[in-house]
Amino acid sequence: MLTLVELACKRDERTLFAPLSETVTPGECVALAGSNGSGKTTLLRTLAGIHSQFEGSFQCEPFLYQGHRIALDELLNPLENLHWFGALDGRTVSDDALRDALARVDMLPYALTPCGRMSQGQQRRITMARWLLSARKLWFLDEPLTALDRQGQVVLNDIIASHIDAGGAVFCATHASLDVAAREITLAPLTEAP
Amino acid sequence: MGGLLRREWQVLARNRAQVINPLAFLFLAVMLFAVGGPLEDNTRAQYGGAVLWLIVLLTNMLSLDALFRRDYDNGVLEQVVCGADVPFLVILLRIGMQWLSTGALVTLLAPFLCLLLGLPGHVTATAMLALALGSPAISLLGAVGAALTVGFSRGGILLGLLVLPLLLPVLIFGTSAINQEVAGITNNAQLYWLGFISMVALTIGPFATTAGLRISLQMQ
Repeated sequence: MLTLVELACKRDERTLFAPLSETVTPGECVALAGSNGSGKTTLLRTLAGIHSQFEGSFQCEPFLYQGHRIALDELLNPLENLHWFGALDGRTVSDDALRDALARVDMLPYALTPCGRMSQGQQRRITMARWLLSARKLWFLDEPLTALDRQGQVVLNDIIASHIDAGGAVFCATHASLDVAAREITLAPLTEAP
Repeated sequence: MGGLLRREWQVLARNRAQVINPLAFLFLAVMLFAVGGPLEDNTRAQYGGAVLWLIVLLTNMLSLDALFRRDYDNGVLEQVVCGADVPFLVILLRIGMQWLSTGALVTLLAPFLCLLLGLPGHVTATAMLALALGSPAISLLGAVGAALTVGFSRGGILLGLLVLPLLLPVLIFGTSAINQEVAGITNNAQLYWLGFISMVALTIGPFATTAGLRISLQMQ
């Protein structure tokens, strides 16, 4: 699903980590580790096609990307936001499917509340509903545990586990460990040339 | 496409300040000129066209500054660029909405503005036509500047510096179209040119805007 060949991301002409070669197969969850500033976010943004300074190459199938920014419009309610994400994919999502997804993340009572009035954690839960509705098999998640309460973390692990069972793959950057069995990749800092 | 359009409309309808503030500026500026400007009818007719176009340009700068800012900050823009089937379509719709809320509205309000600026009555139709033909170019070319400056939290001045020189042809032909009408000379050429500039802006603008947004997102 995802193949990296000697991929190294650069920022302001500085290479962030030692070249990385990896393959992610269906049904696999890969946790990306590394200290602050080691380039986890930049790697994910590169794979998502937002960051374009890199060496090496990579190939991936259609993906879903969830960055640090939540990507919900504060003026719209969850239903409207999720409808729009469906339209962005070129699909129409039925209201029932939306409500099921919101119920899965325990946010159904807030279906008509503008996202701007919700807490960070609640907005994070809405984004999880977006993943559920997406047809994409490969997920890039950047710090998915941020701002989630304990119960939210349980839901998150549950969603990732069922996604993997269904033949999807998850590639996520995280400091805390997931409950899902994950293969860990550590971004090695670049050794300075003498 | 319907789903994408519906969101643009919902955001516009719920963010009324973004529509009303530039219009309030427009009216205030026209009123101030009406009060502080020359009083003789001849002079007013001579300068009215230029003042109208200038004020429309500045109003657009106010509105364009906010075109992508919210979406840039909350991450919607990166989803559009990396996740959409056709990012170009979302961006074209957004620019279209911006044009509706400024260019199209100003065109409809033009008779009133002409009256305040002291332009003779027979010029009104021409002014509306010139605005309808020229204002899409302002939105489409302005969006390129908005895309490039969205990464700077105080990009407003920079946007003007970047975009206003590009819009000089619109100002020249737009003003000239009104002035010719005031003088009773045919102005077809000016109107054709305004339409031509808008057409060129429509073919280039959305692509350049998408590229500009990609550059801005790199810096995030």
